[in-house]
Amino acid sequence: MPFIANTAQQRKQMLSEIGLSMDELFSDISSELMRENFNLPDQVGEMEVVKCLAELAQKNSTHLTCFLGGGFYDHFIPSAVYSIISRSEFYTAYTPYQPELSQGTLQGMYEYQSMICRLCGTEAANASLYDGGTALYEAMMMALRITRRNKIIIDDSVNPIYRVMIQSYTRNLNIELDKSHCTTGLANRDEIMSLLDEDTGAVILQNPNFFGCIDDFTEIAEAAHKKGALLIVSCYPISLGILKTPGEMGADIVTGEGQSLGIPMSFGGPYLGFMATRMKYVRKMPGRIVGKTTDTKGREGYVLTLQTREQHIRRDKATSNICSNEALCALTASVYLSLLGKDGLKETAQLCADKASYAYQRLTSIPAVKQRFKGKWFFNEFVIDLPTDAAEVIGSLIEKGFAAGFPLSRYYNNMENSMLIAVTEKRTKQEIGMLAEALEAVL
Amino acid sequence: MVPKELKYLQSHEWARREKDSPIITVGLTDYAIEQLGDIVFLELPAVGDKVVKESEFCTIESVKAASDLYAPVSGEIVEINEGLTENLELFKADPYEQAWIIKIKADDIAEFESLMKAEEYEKQLKG
Repeated sequence: MPFIANTAQQRKQMLSEIGLSMDELFSDISSELMRENFNLPDQVGEMEVVKCLAELAQKNSTHLTCFLGGGFYDHFIPSAVYSIISRSEFYTAYTPYQPELSQGTLQGMYEYQSMICRLCGTEAANASLYDGGTALYEAMMMALRITRRNKIIIDDSVNPIYRVMIQSYTRNLNIELDKSHCTTGLANRDEIMSLLDEDTGAVILQNPNFFGCIDDFTEIAEAAHKKGALLIVSCYPISLGILKTPGEMGADIVTGEGQSLGIPMSFGGPYLGFMATRMKYVRKMPGRIVGKTTDTKGREGYVLTLQTREQHIRRDKATSNICSNEALCALTASVYLSLLGKDGLKETAQLCADKASYAYQRLTSIPAVKQRFKGKWFFNEFVIDLPTDAAEVIGSLIEKGFAAGFPLSRYYNNMENSMLIAVTEKRTKQEIGMLAEALEAVL
Repeated sequence: MVPKELKYLQSHEWARREKDSPIITVGLTDYAIEQLGDIVFLELPAVGDKVVKESEFCTIESVKAASDLYAPVSGEIVEINEGLTENLELFKADPYEQAWIIKIKADDIAEFESLMKAEEYEKQLKG
């Protein structure tokens, strides 16, 4: 980031130019939100700052062997991904509004959209959204715009972080959020069917769901469509290397978190929301869309299309005002997928599934460890029940060098002893064995 | 040319009342269509929707912009021109007949009577 000077003299000059005092400039911010100070330390030299920040960074536990998932996954990222995306022609998150200057970036986005469509089994995708959670919220709003209804059914096997986000965004919007309760590891069909009615705009589900279980929503899609409602499916893109696509199940809008496609895990992102839908709903879809066209000389080219629905033209009446795209992350995903190729993606997905299956057998063969959703298929993540509080066990395993999993009590009642474990292609047989030994030792 | 028998809104919608009927047909003037450029999409409301005078009732999208259309009177939408969404060229070809957009059953017909007359609208265009 460049250094931008901001001296007292410059501030004075700028304020006098617009004819305001500093207080007047910020008068829109209510006084209880205004801070007198932020308790920042006095200024120090660059050398001291670097030392201080390095010490802070060392507090992060980056050395742990990661079995932690829950929406973000520790996949291998080929070095070529970073080399390609960090080329200066690509290295910006900004939207290329001026197509004549941005053909490379636009082509990258177009290819990203095409790949997302092929992964999800859908007809059209946008050029990305902020993250998986906001993408799901946007899908919900889109479904309500299409159906002109105001009721949503969401199964609690959908990522609880996404559900909290949806609640925050919709709290004041006169939207009825009905929840079905996953008890068997799969979406609760009976409850969903009984909640479905003529006011339902959409049913929101996730595959694999938050507990890692694999489901097929085909009959839920049919039931929803019969009532005039849409099916929204949030999915994990790597799993689509081997799983049935949401499009094949009859999903109308597909979203997900694209972090697993070559983007490192980092607290707070940047992450990548993706969204895909049927062609007939494309005008209701928020966000930028890149289209392929020909110029006046008949040459192939790429442009942002359907922009008139967008906030830079339509302002407050735009399809969405939080549809920030993640252009660089989307490019990362398309570079990652290109490098893996069709077979590589399948292989990665299969490796995740096989290693998770091995870890499941290994861990549940510990006498004190119980299977939670016995007999249910899972992709690369599963739930085990411990004889004691899972959060405490996970805490002691950190000391042994493992980010062993996610304590489900954080978001679910009556799951104090349950722990969610994710296994990616990066985990070795040896690491899985060591986790099993460490777990057995602390129980 | 601005048809004399119609009433107008400042925002370039025209309104027609068949004799003694409470039903008001609404469309977009020639001038507005010219200004919009190529029309690429029309998003119609639904029959049964309530509309409020001078509030938006649907969106029309051209290559330049997506614009809202405003209702000339308050009431209920009783008919929509569904065929129009597939034949957007009708806007240019026949703006005052075949390119009608919706029909509203007016709550208070006096609202129609108080709309701009053709001469006033013409004056606005020249102004």
